[in-house]
This record gives sequence, structure tokens and C-alpha cells, in this order.
Amino acid sequence: MQNEKKVREPLFHIAKRPAIAWHKAWGIRALSILAALIFAGIVAMALTGENPLAIYATMIKGCFSSERRIWMLLQTLVMLLCVSLAVTPAFKMHFWNIGAEGQVLIGGLATAACMIYFGDKLPPWLLIIVMVICSMAAGAIWALIPAIFKAKFNTNETLFTLMMNYVGIQLVSYFVIVWENPKGSGHVGVINQVSQAGWLPTIGNQKYMLSVIVVLALTVFMYIYLKYSKHGYELTVVGESENTARYIGVNVNKVIIRTMLLSGAICGIAGLLLVGGTDHTISTTTAGGRGFTAIMVSWLAKFNPLYMIATSFLLAFFERGASEISTIFHLDQAFSDIISGIILFFIIGSEFFINYQIKFTKPAKEVK
Amino acid sequence: MSKPYALELKGITKVFGSIVANKDVDMSVKRGEILAILGENGSGKTTLMNMVSGIYFPDEGKIFVDGKEVVIRSPKDAFDYKIGMIHQHFKLVDVFTATENIVLGINDGEKFNIKEAQKKVKEITDRYGFQIDLNKKIYEMSVSEKQTVEIIKVLYRGADILILDEPTAVLTPQETQKLFVVLRNMRADNKTVVIITHKLHEVLAISDRVSIMRKGKYIDTVITAEATEQSLTEAMVGEKVSLNIERKEPENLQERLVIKDLSVTAHDGKQLLKDVCFTAYGGEILGIAGISGSGQKELLESVAGLQRADKGASIIYFDPEGNEVQLVGKTPKAIRNLGIALSFVPEDRLGMGLVGNMDIIDNMMLRSYKKGKTEFLDRKQPRALAEEIIESLEVVTPSATTPVRRLSGGNVQKVLVGREISLNPRVLMVAYPVRGLDINSSYMIYNLISKQKDQGVSIIFVGEDLDVLIELCDRIMVINSGEITGIVDGKSAKKEELGLLMTKSTHEIEGDEEVAEDAK
Repeated sequence: MQNEKKVREPLFHIAKRPAIAWHKAWGIRALSILAALIFAGIVAMALTGENPLAIYATMIKGCFSSERRIWMLLQTLVMLLCVSLAVTPAFKMHFWNIGAEGQVLIGGLATAACMIYFGDKLPPWLLIIVMVICSMAAGAIWALIPAIFKAKFNTNETLFTLMMNYVGIQLVSYFVIVWENPKGSGHVGVINQVSQAGWLPTIGNQKYMLSVIVVLALTVFMYIYLKYSKHGYELTVVGESENTARYIGVNVNKVIIRTMLLSGAICGIAGLLLVGGTDHTISTTTAGGRGFTAIMVSWLAKFNPLYMIATSFLLAFFERGASEISTIFHLDQAFSDIISGIILFFIIGSEFFINYQIKFTKPAKEVK
Repeated sequence: MSKPYALELKGITKVFGSIVANKDVDMSVKRGEILAILGENGSGKTTLMNMVSGIYFPDEGKIFVDGKEVVIRSPKDAFDYKIGMIHQHFKLVDVFTATENIVLGINDGEKFNIKEAQKKVKEITDRYGFQIDLNKKIYEMSVSEKQTVEIIKVLYRGADILILDEPTAVLTPQETQKLFVVLRNMRADNKTVVIITHKLHEVLAISDRVSIMRKGKYIDTVITAEATEQSLTEAMVGEKVSLNIERKEPENLQERLVIKDLSVTAHDGKQLLKDVCFTAYGGEILGIAGISGSGQKELLESVAGLQRADKGASIIYFDPEGNEVQLVGKTPKAIRNLGIALSFVPEDRLGMGLVGNMDIIDNMMLRSYKKGKTEFLDRKQPRALAEEIIESLEVVTPSATTPVRRLSGGNVQKVLVGREISLNPRVLMVAYPVRGLDINSSYMIYNLISKQKDQGVSIIFVGEDLDVLIELCDRIMVINSGEITGIVDGKSAKKEELGLLMTKSTHEIEGDEEVAEDAK
């Protein structure tokens, strides 16, 4: 005789939630951030021996303790937001554009080229118009190439846009050598330092004010574009289901190309603001990884431009706070990456609990 | 006590949201027996067997294997109890050979040896009389061969309780016969076979006993030898439900669509439609009957401008004034711009007709968002339409801003059909409009369609329930492997006649093809 096998009921199973009230959803998100902070604090204590509260306090201080720091935080925030706005329409269309990094760089490259070659030839107002046009066109072209291949040959846009990043970086490093100043330094140096030709105007004596205004305007534009325009509606339908798009007579290829042109052009604007507005130089790190961080900002905000202000604040806060703790506590920059990694993991993980619920098995009923 | 059942289910209940898929179902099957589970579409047969094979977990009830209670939480658990299921949709790696697919994923701790495996597989095929080339790649195989691979795969894993979900749905009659031979060999080998089906003649041909399900409930189990087609039908459909669909005599018939020589060839060279010719009239319902996947989808999509037709095809649309327009080669947009009101309720509701993640208002807008000169959307009219449809068709939804994927199947369909009818179509094409719907929703859809007919709309109705087709449609066209095998009058049509047309000529077509291939 075989032994009686004990019947094991699964303890719980996972079921899809039918619908969730918005305050419940936000409650889950808030709880996840709290849990993340506690967990990250424990990790911080275990790894460094520092008081986690002191670390958090330093991060906050690093972001808000002076007017300059607040402006720095704002600048980090809006530049990240700008690139995030750029990738959002593509992502909403389920076109996985991970080439924003390259598109920003090329936009910046075009800006720098205009400044260098036309700096003393064109009147300042015309020069700036030319810079705007060139940077947007350059970013748009960089996005257009993978879009055309996607539309015509259904190539994989993820790989294609990724590769375009490398091409962009190589192009920039080539021109860095061409434009080297002083020769042999390996840097472009500040372009038009004396004449300041092509430097975007500062508003109210604040170096970063222009970026803030431009990006806020872009945010409003993108929100309206996605939610209330016919273009935005079409690209959403294409993203959700190409079959539905074809069924209602949308020209899918046209929408893909149009949307990527927009996406690339906004990346170009980001390049313009970085090179013409704040850096006044260019290097291969001008885009600074924003093209990739932006993906996270956009996803976390569920492609809603208004929520993206909050998510880019979160990431900008970590970036600024991290550089502060690395100086104060002499911790490696990597340490702040660990903390932001932990927190992002929790936030993304919380989406699971918003979409699904865990059902514990009821005590088994007696079977007659 | 006699020998315990190989598999026994007691009081199984499974609920999906508000839908009770299985309610208190009992069932049992012995060793060396073929049990058929009979029921109409949506009666819960597959759900029940999915719980046995570990896809779902029952909310209530117990499962016994050889008299011992078991808990099956995953397909792996099911295999541990030697239960294997062959699903309707095959899960095979296209670029691998039959043998590679069969041994794929087995971890027996031994070094992998394809030759040994091949020998073992060969033993199985010989024992049960499978006819298959084990070195053939999956992508080169016919559906029937793929199914054979799936069955061998399950046997190779040592299953002695086999569950087959609608195995004959995709097979020709000859292939079905071959399958039945194999199943009988398995029975002789003391295996347990459970076959899910809704085809009566197959039940009678193959099974020892039949368990009948109706709307998620277990009805009865009878010994096949004592059953007749009549008695099984009665048990399956329950008390004779007269559909009582009001069918008026068609009035003022007008030629609306004249289709000639419509052929569609897929990329892989497969002929999906072959020389289809027919005329659809305004003021009548033209039913299309056929085994699913016989070209119904391609036919409707060709008319809608979504499917490229082969050269020489012609689809002429006649407007009420008698002007004609050629639809072949036109995109859906071009058709719409010509002012042709063509409504289409596709089979894939959430994948084509609607966008699941959008709310009802935005889904209303799918057809109308282009209206207006500005670049901005006007949500006022869609909102009004959404609210009107919710009220008039009794759509159960928290609000008009609820994403449609959150609605139940019937309500999703009401939203879709409501929108398509709101376009005041001249031609209305509907594919399987009541699939998965309860009786009340189904009747609402039938009535909506009938009303459209009274208004002079030309309706093309692709259905699977022959009773409905016979009661609703004025003419029924039968499609079989991409060819029209007959058009019969709805009032005088008999189920048997339709059934024959749906399957009959496959023999002839096959014969022709073989001849053609020989000629090469």
C-alpha cells in the first residue's frame, strides 16, 4: 500500500484585479516608496555603516539647500523631462525608440556646427533661428531613418535606434577633433566665448530659465497633442493594435513616420538647449544618458506628460542627491545608483500589485 | 469495490469574474475507455479539462486519479499524474523536427541522445499506428501532422490519460478517421482517452461513454451504444428552444455587392479563397456557414479593403442609385472617402474592432474621429453616441469612460455592433457576432441585425450555429476550404444539408489536388 499522500493546496493564487479605485492605486504606490526607503536604508546601513537618515537628509539638502542648487535640480529635471517628452509619442505608438541619446547628440551637433560656422556670418537673431531649425531637423532625420525602415521593411526598431546612437556618438567624436580648441586638448572648449554668438538668450539673469520655460511649454503641447489631437489618437490606436488601425483606415506607415519625426525633432530641441543654452560646447557625453533614463521616466508616468513632471523630478532628485552624498560621505557615485535602483524596483514592482491581487485560498470545504 | 476510476472529478466549480464557467461538475472515466465530453460552444468543456491539465485551478471541488485525491497546480503536476492534454492550438517550435519537438524540455537527468530518443519515439508511433516522418520540420507539416506530433509528445512523456480538445476541428474526414484508429489503439493499450467535441457523429463513432455538458453544468453521462444522435442532441441543447427569430420576407431586394472570381493567396502560397462568386442584396441577410478557418475572414476582409485579392477579382458595390464602384484595390480609407457606408463587425473584437485599453467614448470615435476640419478631436458626439448605446443596448458598464477590455464579452460586442450600426450602413458584415454571448445578448444582436435588414441594409452574417443561420438568414452560403460549395434558401435549409456542404466536397478537392500534384 502506498502511503496516504498529504494533499497540498496552494496557499494563494494570483488573480487579475477587475478595477481599482485611484486612491487605492496611489496608496499602493506610496506604500511601495515607503517600503523602498526603509529597505534602501537598511542596505545603506549594512554597506556603509552610515546613518541612513543622515544620507537621506544630505540628499535633500543637496537638492534644496540653496537657490543655486534648486536651479541645478530644475535644470536636471527639465532636460530629462524634455527627452522624456520626446520619446513618449513613439512609446505610446509601441515603437521602442531607444535612440533618443543619439537624436539629442545629433541635435546638439547641428547646433554646435551652426554656432561655429555661422557665428560671425549671420546676425544673432537669424543665427538662432537657423540653429533651431537645424537642430530639430537633425534630430528628426536621426529618428526618421529607423522609422522608414520600420515602415517599409518592418525592421526591428529597438536595435536600429540603438545602433543609431553609436553612429551619432562616433560622428560627434569625429567633429570634436575637427573643432578642437585649443588644438590637442581633445575638447571643443567653449564655443564663441568672446562673441557669445549663438548663445541662447538668458531670461531674468537665470541661466536655466529658458530651458524651464521651453520644456514646460513642450509638456503642455505634448499633453494636448496626445490627448486631444487626431494625430495623438491615431498613434495611440496604432500602438494598441495595428489591425484596428488598418480596420479604421489609418495609414499605419504614415503615422509611424510622422510620430518619429516629432519624437526626433523634440530630441533635437533638447540638444539645442544643452549646447546652445547651457553647455556652449559639445562632447560625446552631452546627452549624458538622458536618452535612456527618459525611457524610465516615460514608462513610470504611463506616458502621461503631466505625470512625467513628477517622475522626472524623482529621478533628477536622485541624480542631484547622489552627487551630494558622494562628496559629503566620500561614497562612490555607484552607491546612489544602488539606492535609486532599489527605489525604482519597488515603484515598478508596485504596478504588479495594482494590476493583480493575491487571493489566499479559503479553507477547503468538506466534500461529502 | 470495483476498480477505481482512472480520473474522477467531484463538484468542480470555476468562476471567472461574473461568469460561472463550471458549476458543480462531476465526471469519471475508466482505464481503457474513451470518454467524449459533448457540449455546445461555451458550455465549459475546455475549462473543465484545463483544470485537469493544470492550466487553471478549480475554485471548488476535487480531482481523483486512480481513486486518490490529487492537487494539480501546473501542467507539470498533471504530467506527474500522467495526464496529458492536446490543446486546440499547438505549441511546437517551427524550425525543429518532430523528434526534437517531442523530446524538447524533458529533463530526465540523462545525457541527451537524439538517436535513443528517436528509437523511443519510433516505438510509440509503431505501437499506436501513427503515420509520420519524424525528421520533418514542423513548418513543413500539415495541421494534422502537427497534431500527431503533439499527441506523440504527450505519450512520450508517459501520459496514460490523454485529453484532446476538439481534435477534429482542423482535420479533414480522412485525417479524422486516421486519428480515430490511433485512439482506438490507445484504448486497446489500456490508456484513458478524453475527447472534447461538439460533433455528434464523432461521439457516436469513437466513444464508449458520453458526458454531456450544457452552460457550464454537468447534465448526464450515457453509454454511447445506447445513445442516438437524437437523444444526445436533446441532452446537449436541453429542452427544445425555439429561437423565434422574426424573419420577415425580404422586400425590395437590390443588388448591393456583386463579387466575382475573388481569390486570395497567402504569402506562403496557400489558397485561402478560390474563385468566390456571389451577390449580396440590400434587404436580405446572407448567411455564411462553414468550418471555422475556411476563408470567412479573408472574404469579409477583402470586401472591407483589408485583404489584398488576387488579380482578376472583382467586388462591385452598387449604391441605391445604381452607380457602381469597384472595391478591389481600395483601402478602407478610400472606400470611406467614396461615401460607401460599409460596416464590419470583425471576429476579433478587441484585436480589430475595438481597442481594449480605450474607453467606450474613444472606441466610438474610431469610426468618426476624422470628422471636423480642425486637428483636434471632438468627443462630444462620440460621448453622446456612447451614452445612447449604453442605454439602448443595456450595456453593463460603470461608465462611458470605462476601458472596454473591462467589460464582459457580451457588452463588448454590444458596443461594437452598436457603433457599426450607428454608421447607417448600406452593407453590414458581421463575423460570429454572438460567440461567447448569453442568450439575451444574442437575441438583442439578432434583433438589431433583423432591423437593419428591414431598413434595406445588405447583411452578410458569418455564423457557426446552424440553427441560428437557418432561422435568421434569407439565404445561406456554404464555404468550404475557401470555395463556395452551395447557396441554399434559409427557409427550406436543413442542417444535414448544410453540414454536408461544409464537409462533403473536401474529398473532391483533395482528390483534385492530388491529381494536380501528380501531374507535376
